[in-house]
Amino acid sequence: MSGNLASVSYIGATILFVLSLGGLSNPETSRRGNLFGMIGMTLAVLATVFGPRVTAAGIPWIIASMVVGGAIGLYAAKVVKMTQMPELVALMHSLVGLAACLVGFASYIDTSHPLTGAEKTIHEMEIYIGVLIGAVTFSGSLIAFGKLNGKIGGAPLLLPARHWLNLVGLLVVIWFGREFINAPSIAAGMTPLLVMTVIALLFGIHMVMAIGGADMPVVVSMLNSYSGWAAAATGFMLSNDLLIVVGALVGSSGAILSYIMCRAMNRNFISVIAGGFGTGGGTPAPKGDAAQPAGEVVPVSALETAELLKDAKSVIIVPGYGMAVAQAQHTVYEITKHLREKGVNIRFGIHPVAGRMPGHMNVLLAEAKVPYDIVLEMDELNDDFPQTDVAIVCGANDIVNPAAQDDPASPIAGMPVLEVWKAKTSIVMKRSMASGYAGVDNPLFYKENNRMLFGDAKKMLDEVLVALKA
Amino acid sequence: MLIGVPAETTAGETRVAVAPETAKRPLVIGVPKETAAGEKRVATVPEVVEKLIKLGFSVAVESGAGDAANCSDDSYRAAGAQVIDGAAKLFAASDMVFKIGVPTPEEVGLMHAGQTLITFIWPAQNPELMKQLADKKVTVLAIDSLPRTLSRAQKMDALTSQAGVAGYRAVIEAANAFGRFFAGQITAAGKVPPAKVFIAGAGVAGLAAIGTAVGLGAIVRANDTRAEVADQVVSMGGEFVKVDYEEEGSGGGGYAKVMSEGFQKAQREMYAKQAREVDIIITTALIPGKPAPRLITAEMVKTMKPGSVIVDMAAERGGNCELTEPGKAVVKHGVTIVGYTDLASRLAKQSSTLYATNLFRLTEELCKTKDGIIDVNMEDEAIRGLTVVKEGSITWPPPPPKVTAASPAAKPAAAVAAPAKKGHGHGAASEPMAPGKLAIMFGVAAALFWFVGANAPTAFLAHFTVFVLACFVGYMVVWNVTPALHTPLMSVTNAISSIIAIGALVQIAPPLAGGAAPDNWIRWLAVGGIVLTAVNMFGGFAVTQRMLAMFRK
Repeated sequence: MSGNLASVSYIGATILFVLSLGGLSNPETSRRGNLFGMIGMTLAVLATVFGPRVTAAGIPWIIASMVVGGAIGLYAAKVVKMTQMPELVALMHSLVGLAACLVGFASYIDTSHPLTGAEKTIHEMEIYIGVLIGAVTFSGSLIAFGKLNGKIGGAPLLLPARHWLNLVGLLVVIWFGREFINAPSIAAGMTPLLVMTVIALLFGIHMVMAIGGADMPVVVSMLNSYSGWAAAATGFMLSNDLLIVVGALVGSSGAILSYIMCRAMNRNFISVIAGGFGTGGGTPAPKGDAAQPAGEVVPVSALETAELLKDAKSVIIVPGYGMAVAQAQHTVYEITKHLREKGVNIRFGIHPVAGRMPGHMNVLLAEAKVPYDIVLEMDELNDDFPQTDVAIVCGANDIVNPAAQDDPASPIAGMPVLEVWKAKTSIVMKRSMASGYAGVDNPLFYKENNRMLFGDAKKMLDEVLVALKA
Repeated sequence: MLIGVPAETTAGETRVAVAPETAKRPLVIGVPKETAAGEKRVATVPEVVEKLIKLGFSVAVESGAGDAANCSDDSYRAAGAQVIDGAAKLFAASDMVFKIGVPTPEEVGLMHAGQTLITFIWPAQNPELMKQLADKKVTVLAIDSLPRTLSRAQKMDALTSQAGVAGYRAVIEAANAFGRFFAGQITAAGKVPPAKVFIAGAGVAGLAAIGTAVGLGAIVRANDTRAEVADQVVSMGGEFVKVDYEEEGSGGGGYAKVMSEGFQKAQREMYAKQAREVDIIITTALIPGKPAPRLITAEMVKTMKPGSVIVDMAAERGGNCELTEPGKAVVKHGVTIVGYTDLASRLAKQSSTLYATNLFRLTEELCKTKDGIIDVNMEDEAIRGLTVVKEGSITWPPPPPKVTAASPAAKPAAAVAAPAKKGHGHGAASEPMAPGKLAIMFGVAAALFWFVGANAPTAFLAHFTVFVLACFVGYMVVWNVTPALHTPLMSVTNAISSIIAIGALVQIAPPLAGGAAPDNWIRWLAVGGIVLTAVNMFGGFAVTQRMLAMFRK
């Protein structure tokens, strides 16, 4: 295959990737979108392998490594549970980051294309930046994986003077960057490159460690963005337009997702990255002052909940991370099915940051076969709560906290929330009275029309289902 | 006697206090005995007298005023009121008069300049009375002219409180005339079917009637031309019967309007059907300033079961039923038709207490200083609406109220606005940026591009162009992704980012000069890169496929 044919194939692959992302605008077209992505990827790989830059000697190597990697990937995709999706995605980001690092190093060692002057400088800068982003993505994603997995505590780790540490790290990276570009030989340049890689790895760890559990959706989408920029930097370093385009697509996609998540929490992107908002850390909620919600908490049993549901004509379920933890989505679906057969108007209200990654709840409900046309966004049904008989909050807390609207002193003030308290009755399913990830007490629990159903979400919902069918 | 001494108000003062010459003496509230035939209510009760005195007023009650409402003269005295014999003396001694019924010409004759009267007036129906009151140079607050849609005004809304009592009483009257239980029962003596009640008009009286009838155990249906009350009917335990015709009947201010001919035909058919089925019909339909709509014809009455009951709460305004005789209960075609016009008065103690509380709340609004002096503040929307005569000049009708609560017209407009914004995926993305911010951003971008253009070699610029354009394409495409698919979006972009494999692929066996084998280091690094990206590539696409397969309708 000639160089021109390979370039044309790259254009085709680029178009297919854009169509792939475009297909995701609607669940109907999304499967086709994914197919476009696969075809695009196949086309790009084949065009490269049979293109002028790869000789026949490399093909056995390529096939062997593809088979090994592909087998691992397919196996992982097959066994992963939908509730573990955020972990898997974080882990995969780390692979992209590591691959970017490896390619960067290999490209530096490669002497087959001697460059001089400005071109050499630019090429080395590209390598340096590519390895930097790759390393940050790699270590940051690993930590995010650990946090999502529960292997590392969700609490933000706040080192003293952490902003200064980051700043010093950045200055050192820039200084070594100069050393690296001015290095007379590859061996001499290797030291600054390695030092920078270590700093970048530490920086990635530090950055994600400082971010609290509640901000995980932002982190996951931010790392998604980084993996894209790493690909784009690799593209610059190899003068490959396909890599640049795809990297830019992925990078802007992740950036937009991060922006959406930040807005859904009414938080500034910088303040999320700077960290310190999450479990028991950062701004500790002021306790015992006037903001302390007054009133009584009214517990209900699963039986009473079932009675309420039987009498209801319209029900909204607000799922949260708790539903994912308890694996309660299938029971939720059973209840939904039962009530829908009875003619109850039952819908789901999804907050943009419910769960641990963007769209987490939608995936779980889809897994449980809940039809996607009754799963609505916050903005679509927030006005309907006053006409709703029962609102069930299943393992969510901060996203239904009325303090975000009523109490300007609250740490989550101004965050858009689902107004479940406007329903005739709201039922909150919770294991205990503990506060949510933001560490803020929830006045919803003390509202007159609110009931608390204490216990494990799955167990309680099972009991509700039994009572409903009885 | 308080005769108008020239007021010593400063020029330019907009809030003119009533009777400013009495500034040093608290006002006397006079409560005369109601003069209308059969009226048992009284404008204040002893419990409220105490509260009025606490506000700083003195209270005078005409002897015997509360007898029919179980409030004796002694109980008024015990509460701190002065009891005066005869209406003439009472009117002379009072600065403010609290009444319920529309004042008679005789009562107007007893009033004197500077006095304030609070009562039902119905200014639209009584232009003659308005003129008389204006001639007397008095201030009149018509409790029926309250702007009811102000939420602040609800505590003063005597129409609501009296209508609620009347609605309750209407069911009691119906039960009295009806020969059966309301609730269904299965007893040793046989099965008793529940009574079926149909309520026409779900205003305050209608809703109270629904609640009462449901409480007695009847099956209750109701209808109203205003579609928005359907939920309220259901919330009271009734069933909303729709007219099979599309038209919205809200006439503003919480009342209904006259409906079109087509609607009325469909409505008549629905009423005829209900008349054949139900045991009791309670009609409450009123349209402001018009005779009550004829809902139940003589034909429909004939089709009702013998022993059925109709309570026509609109009897005073001509009746919703053709056969109603106002003020009487009559039996026609075997159906008892109750046309009492004094339903609230038949529950005199209850309605008097509620009315007295309404007036007390109004007095509180008039006397914010709690010193027994009132201030008819025409800037206050509620008081402006109530005041129909101000010191001898007619101030009715008031300018239209600024807001109507839960205006149904506003709702669809808002509903339309929301999806329109959604069209771009996410609102903020399409909101125009502030010009200043935009200018700064363009400035920064221009500076960056200049820097790149001035320093970078040509080959880099070609790639840079591609990069910038790709960022824009990505931005446009990703904003259209539905939030429900954000997780698949992440996994698919993750899979796509394994395009980095190409970087590794071109390093593994590049065509080197002289066919030399590539450096071992490079080869192993590249192999590592391919393995990692292959995991991602296959895993990412497979897991996305798995997820997307689950999204179904």
